[in-house]
Amino acid sequence: MKALTKHRLFWPAAILVVMLLANVIVTPTFFRIELKNGHLYGSLIDIMLYGAPLILIALGMTMVIATGGIDLSVGATVAISGALACSIIAEQPDQEAVGGVLTAVAFALGLSLVLGLWNGLLVARIGIQPIVATLILMVAGRGVAQLITDGQIITINSEPYELIGGGYLFGFPFAVLVVAVVVAGTAVLIRRTALGLLLEAVGGNAEASRLVGIRARRLLVLAYVFCAFCAGIAGLMISSNIRAADGNNAGLWIELDAILAVVIGGTSLMGGRFSLAGTVLGALIIQTLSTTIYTTGVPPQVTLVFKALVVTAVCLIQSPAFRAKVFRRRRPTGPASPAPAEAEVAA
Amino acid sequence: MLQMTGITKVFPGVRALDGVDFRLLPGEVHALMGENGAGKSTLIKVLTGVHTADSGEVRLGGVPVAIGSPKQAQEAGISTVYQEVNLCPNLSVAENVFIGREPRGLGGIRWREMRRRAGELLARFQLDIDPAAPLASYSLAVRQLVAIVRAVDISAKVLVLDEPTSSLDRDEVARLFALMRRLRDEGVAVLFVSHFLEQVFEISDRMTVLRNGRLVGEYATAELSRVELVGHMTGRVLRTLEELHAPREDVREEIASREPVLAARGLGRKGGIAPFDLEVHPGEVVGFAGLLGSGRTEAARLMFGADAADNGTLEVGGSSSALRTPGAAIGRGVAFCPEDRKTEGLVEDLTVGENIVLALQASRGWLRPLSASRRAELVGQYIKALSINPPDPDIPVRNLSGGNQQKVLLARWLITQPRLLILDEPTRGVDVGAKAEIQKLVVSLAGDGMGVVFISAELEEVLRISHKIEVLRDREVIAELANESDVTPERLLEIIANGVAR
Repeated sequence: MKALTKHRLFWPAAILVVMLLANVIVTPTFFRIELKNGHLYGSLIDIMLYGAPLILIALGMTMVIATGGIDLSVGATVAISGALACSIIAEQPDQEAVGGVLTAVAFALGLSLVLGLWNGLLVARIGIQPIVATLILMVAGRGVAQLITDGQIITINSEPYELIGGGYLFGFPFAVLVVAVVVAGTAVLIRRTALGLLLEAVGGNAEASRLVGIRARRLLVLAYVFCAFCAGIAGLMISSNIRAADGNNAGLWIELDAILAVVIGGTSLMGGRFSLAGTVLGALIIQTLSTTIYTTGVPPQVTLVFKALVVTAVCLIQSPAFRAKVFRRRRPTGPASPAPAEAEVAA
Repeated sequence: MLQMTGITKVFPGVRALDGVDFRLLPGEVHALMGENGAGKSTLIKVLTGVHTADSGEVRLGGVPVAIGSPKQAQEAGISTVYQEVNLCPNLSVAENVFIGREPRGLGGIRWREMRRRAGELLARFQLDIDPAAPLASYSLAVRQLVAIVRAVDISAKVLVLDEPTSSLDRDEVARLFALMRRLRDEGVAVLFVSHFLEQVFEISDRMTVLRNGRLVGEYATAELSRVELVGHMTGRVLRTLEELHAPREDVREEIASREPVLAARGLGRKGGIAPFDLEVHPGEVVGFAGLLGSGRTEAARLMFGADAADNGTLEVGGSSSALRTPGAAIGRGVAFCPEDRKTEGLVEDLTVGENIVLALQASRGWLRPLSASRRAELVGQYIKALSINPPDPDIPVRNLSGGNQQKVLLARWLITQPRLLILDEPTRGVDVGAKAEIQKLVVSLAGDGMGVVFISAELEEVLRISHKIEVLRDREVIAELANESDVTPERLLEIIANGVAR
């Protein structure tokens, strides 16, 4: 039992389970998954489907935060990626053509990589603080998206494109499959190569990393490029789901949800140690919360307050220091231990 | 003044203190001695309220006191100054001294009175420090003095100094000691913890020795020899240090005739180190002797490419090369253990094993990871070879003691099989046993043909293992000496103080 509660994914997982169970109490059919026309339907599927963009962005954000940075521009990248893809498709003579859609996707993702490169170079080459460097694109990016769409909301009617955010493959939502592939691919990339170790070293102690010969600049650029790439895919999903590119509102404030997901997942904003699985759990917690608000009928005027309260509670439960204070039971000689791991043993 | 009896403190799996008695008399400087892990820090933490003892009693001035928190300790009259000074460099000296207890009047803080009182206080301890100047404009040593003044002014019965001298040079230590003596004469009981035996013998009146959480004994400094003290601390008669003798002349000449592994000609950097020449041969240990800030570290960093030289050339392994980055140096077989383990060496978040493989993995690039089995094998091999304790590759490196952390850094570089190993203060803050092990390791590595640059403030140590010695002063290499029998610490000191008699 102790070993279980000590595991660093224990609290995020426990919180998610509690949230899901709370939903079942309110809505008994919450866990029901139905097969209609060969497609899976149900609240759990919805959570994964609507949470897909957030999971992707949080995944990219995890890499950046591991290096000790932060990327505020992912929301803008979402808007730009969706805007470019939709405007290319809108100009096609036949919007249903698969070739045209693939071209649009390729251009949108290519532009996302360029945006990530821009962030990475500002941070790694020029040495601007990450929060400032990415703030530039966060603000300017919405303008770029407006420029691409000419200030209009571009609506499209393309079945192949709608597959990305709203379609099904083998009974599963296509977006969920994409997320599964990207998460698995990232996990392999991080833990089968030495990328994870080197990222954690750079984020944990930049100067020491330089002195052991790690070329931190490349790793930093790579992290920002990867983050923008994830945001680009998320942008495709979001615009595909609403069949439109909205430069103003697509992905608005999603960077904050993503940062929150990373933190709930147990990765420190200081950089260093990170957890991909934790981030996925964190993103699912946030999405479950949003879904809960809709399904349980929390009045619209208090949804934000409700969300804020739950997030605060989640963060407090995650904090070893807070748990030690609240759940302390007969510990006469509790050492004010600096190592959270030890505090968790006792809690 | 202070009496602790039967103090016992148990951590999960470890009996950190086992029935330790300790007493502190007013008006004495008392040294607490022991190897790393002997229980010194735990005892201090019990005394200062960071930990609560499982059993035992603390009496202050004959009255039993319960110390449950650092605040209570301070109220009871026990002040502590730690190694890392906890002051705000951006505030003025006076603000730092009175922070949290500023003299107030109508309309807020009375700044002028605060500065005046701070000035009086500093003058009382004969410290020539401007109370209005920002603390950041003073050196670390002066900041430490300010911290002590502040601590004494708050409550002046017992002053605990935990490793106060580890980053000070000789002059600064002398200044600190002068202050400590003045406090002692005013009746303050000063508890002093240090790894430097010389300093302990210079300043302390009595000492208490701990070993493995138990009290070994309490001694008057004047009646104890250094050898006896080390014997008490380690529990065995220590010969390892004496076993190492300065190398013989014929060996030195044979080594010097080899092709140099590194040759610096006119290498220098403005504001860092004046241009210097240096050859390091395979199998040779080159000692850098000089005070803190004499340019030792700066010279080493140039040889490793950690800083870029703006003068001169560097040849590594016979071919000339501009080492612009550490990566380039590592690629040519140069390794560098920096002076400051915490900020420049360890990645504290990562485990022991991860820290050990970091340099090797960095040189392979992220696309060519070490296989898990190869990694486990290498890490296991070096943990064993350097007897890193505890021998567990999966615990965070921050949980290790200073000596073991240093060994982790050594392992990190040895694993890359360098041709030249540059060690900047590898034995600072390391207990006597680990110190001897590190010195022996250096000698045996050189015996296997590695070139070693060994930087240390302890002249005895430099003399014991080096083949030749570079003497540095004021950011300049002022002399190169073959380590012959007539080279003594006194002679080195004289050269450092007066320059070379030519």
